[in-house]
Amino acid sequence: MVATLKAPGQPRAILGLILGAAFGFGLVVTLRAISGLEIFQTEQTGYPHIIVPAVTGPIGYLLGLGAFDYWFRWAAGAPTIPDDHSQHGAKSWKDYFKFNTDHKVIGIQYICTTFIFFLMGGLMAMLVRAELAQPGTQIIDPGLYNGLFSTHAAFMIFLFVIPVFAGLANYVLPLMIGAPDMAFPRLNALSFWMLPMAGLLFLGSYLAPGGTFDAGWTGYAPLSTGAPLGQSFFNLGVQFAGASSVATALNFLVTIVTMRAPGMNFWRMPLLVWANLSTSLLVVGATPFVAGVQFMVLFDRALGTNFFQAAAGGDVISYQHIFWFYSHPAVYIMMLPGFGIVSEVISTHARKTIFGYRLMALALLGIVVLAFAVWAHHMFVSGMFAWLRVPMMITTLLIAVPTGIKIFSWIGTLFDSKLHIENTSMLFSLGFLVTFVVGGISGVMLGMIPLDIHVSDTYFVVAHLHFVLFGGSVFTIFAGLYHWFPKMTGRMYDERLGRYHFYGTLVGMLGTFLPMHWVGLEGMPRRVADYAAQFGDWNLVMSIFSFILGAAQLIFIYNMVVSWRYGPKAGPNPWRAKTIEWQVSSPPPVFNFDEIPRVVGGPYEFGVPGARHAIMHGEEEGAEVTTPEPAVVGAAGGGGGSGGSK
Amino acid sequence: MKDMSRATFFKLTGVALALTVIGSLIMVNINWMGLDGSTEKGTIETLLNVTIVLSTFVFSVVMTMLVYAVWKYRAKPGDESDGEPIHGNTKLEIIWTVVPTLIVVGLGVYSTIALNDIEAEAADSMEVDVTAQQFAWRFDYPEQGVTSNELHVPVGTQLDLHLTALDVLHSFWVPEWGIKRDLVPGSDLPGGDDIDNTVRVTPDVEGRYSVVCTELCGWGHATMRAAAVVESPDEFDAWAADQEKIPKDNVSTGAAGGNGAGVYNDQVTK
Repeated sequence: MVATLKAPGQPRAILGLILGAAFGFGLVVTLRAISGLEIFQTEQTGYPHIIVPAVTGPIGYLLGLGAFDYWFRWAAGAPTIPDDHSQHGAKSWKDYFKFNTDHKVIGIQYICTTFIFFLMGGLMAMLVRAELAQPGTQIIDPGLYNGLFSTHAAFMIFLFVIPVFAGLANYVLPLMIGAPDMAFPRLNALSFWMLPMAGLLFLGSYLAPGGTFDAGWTGYAPLSTGAPLGQSFFNLGVQFAGASSVATALNFLVTIVTMRAPGMNFWRMPLLVWANLSTSLLVVGATPFVAGVQFMVLFDRALGTNFFQAAAGGDVISYQHIFWFYSHPAVYIMMLPGFGIVSEVISTHARKTIFGYRLMALALLGIVVLAFAVWAHHMFVSGMFAWLRVPMMITTLLIAVPTGIKIFSWIGTLFDSKLHIENTSMLFSLGFLVTFVVGGISGVMLGMIPLDIHVSDTYFVVAHLHFVLFGGSVFTIFAGLYHWFPKMTGRMYDERLGRYHFYGTLVGMLGTFLPMHWVGLEGMPRRVADYAAQFGDWNLVMSIFSFILGAAQLIFIYNMVVSWRYGPKAGPNPWRAKTIEWQVSSPPPVFNFDEIPRVVGGPYEFGVPGARHAIMHGEEEGAEVTTPEPAVVGAAGGGGGSGGSK
Repeated sequence: MKDMSRATFFKLTGVALALTVIGSLIMVNINWMGLDGSTEKGTIETLLNVTIVLSTFVFSVVMTMLVYAVWKYRAKPGDESDGEPIHGNTKLEIIWTVVPTLIVVGLGVYSTIALNDIEAEAADSMEVDVTAQQFAWRFDYPEQGVTSNELHVPVGTQLDLHLTALDVLHSFWVPEWGIKRDLVPGSDLPGGDDIDNTVRVTPDVEGRYSVVCTELCGWGHATMRAAAVVESPDEFDAWAADQEKIPKDNVSTGAAGGNGAGVYNDQVTK
């Protein structure tokens, strides 16, 4: 018993959580007693005896789990436990609940955890749609309604879309660039374990007096600065999710810049790697702003600061500027990794090299630069400094150009290809092309100030954001999960069930979100628990389709769970792909490679005789001589012949 | 695209253009935005229609290419060969960079012109001070010296709306008028000079509409509505003469959100 509690792991972590929370509680009570203050301050924006334990508890959990053991020993000058790599790899399901520094284990931890959050967020959305099926109030009172759509968005954004991409890349990216692991494996594990903490805080807010946070995921001040205690849980949860995101992004940046296999110059990197490089630049630059602004709200609430209190000389609109300075780039944080996935999937399953590879990579960087110069398009009707509107409109519209380049290049890739439409990940990528173009077009409309004045904060915006985040991000997430499922599990999934899942999702998605454009243009505002009777019919249609959408996900879960256990063996390279992760076994060896591969050509050289992307350990030398550079059209290697495909 | 003949190219172009024409004709003829009840909304509607035509064009081109590629280049079952090793085409890549740039810059210029148009100040306008608080509206008429919980306006007169909020953010929107602007707490304080709290709109169709709050403001947000009545100048004068005088103490006690159905049945009668 004592030994279990002394060794790092879940029992010690839960003990840490309790001790951490008790420490925070004790600290507040003692300090307040000493200062002669009322010991339990229960104004709705206060509750220090709950807020402080909400920080120290999760930190205690991470300490107990062993997230800091190595660093503390090292910092104290104590002998560190020799890294025998015993914590690499996962031998049973129990290993996934440990502090594990193997990027492949962390990748799976990320994907499974975030998928649970996805299901929770989806259930919240279905409750919202159930209430909206008819005008009037039926099952949820307006206060809880506001809480449900706020937590729905917070779960989907902070706990699903952003981290699931980090999880996919965690698994795949080091393999793709020929690295044995991420640059900072311990930081990587810590990044993952901060996520469940954010989830606990978001969920815990439902237990807070006054209910969960209900000021929207945007948490605009001063609604948020005066809201009940649940809002503080949001402020703190964002800190954990944000810190996780920033640490992961730094890890990706260092990994990509310093750990590429010999021969992998930037123009030989798969586009997924380019996409995560771009995303990481956005995260590192932007995420600190949302962390900062949530602290400012928390300080206004709990410490009596006046950042956003107009009556005390604060500036209400500045909240929106700081918030969107993160949250617009966040839109691309949620989309660029998906662009990377779609590039891999389309190239592999259409048996064709990416059309205009270099322009594709440069378009990603173009989006990164522009993403920081468009935030105020969320504020055209906010009453902000009026002059700022037109420049922000122009930059917003221009971001359609690099995005358009990517769409056209993917379609260009499909021409003269051998397109395997029976493949589920390909179907999701094609579906993505359709829905994302719709979302892009409505985005351009929203970028045009006069149109935005009419449709801002209506269901048109809800339609747009779901076309880009569901039709965009979530479709690419499914494409990626299906594509790399054989690599991660060593088994094949059921393509037939995959197709059912795709068509169910597509139909559900279109039926749920397409009519939102119409009711929005006609006058239905967003974030309302109740609406005018004229919108009743369409809302019923949307609610019905949203339940189809939800039900379709059950097919996915069944397919994944059953295939993981009973699916036919996949072999190392079922898709006959060229990138490095497919040249090792499925699942890959614990340390990825016996010997670091040498990269000798572009990543997508389909149809080029003798072309190789990488030479693995034990393969013949000399193939290198004959392989063409990616930009050289059709200079396929004659002669040699030693580099034949596997 | 290597083996695409000129004939195929022209066929596909024809399909895309036909889809654009048919799609545009259908889409433009649908009344997406409901009643056009102000001069500003007419401008916005024209802009929407132009955007719809351009969007239909872009969507048709992309979908024609996509559907053709999927139909034409599907691998036969069991075909394990690779596609043609085509790495790119500089001319095409320049085209699909430059053409979208021109389209969006054009839309940007047009939007700027339209924006100046809908924000143009008329020589003669009527001031209304709009105050919002959870979850009620108040409308003060300084020229008439009266106050009301309903927004009554004479038809065809440009309104100069001065917006402020007493507690949290709210947003003023009459869907039939097309104009929206947030009401920001503090915009009437000395430090609020940088807040752009004036918005103009010229209702030109008589009728009874709703002022809708479009910025989440708490549990009563969905039902935070007030009547907006556009009437003849005579009717307006008669109405104004009947209203309460603006009190010295400028703070009203707003009614709570109230029953949703009641609010809607009352006000969405247009």
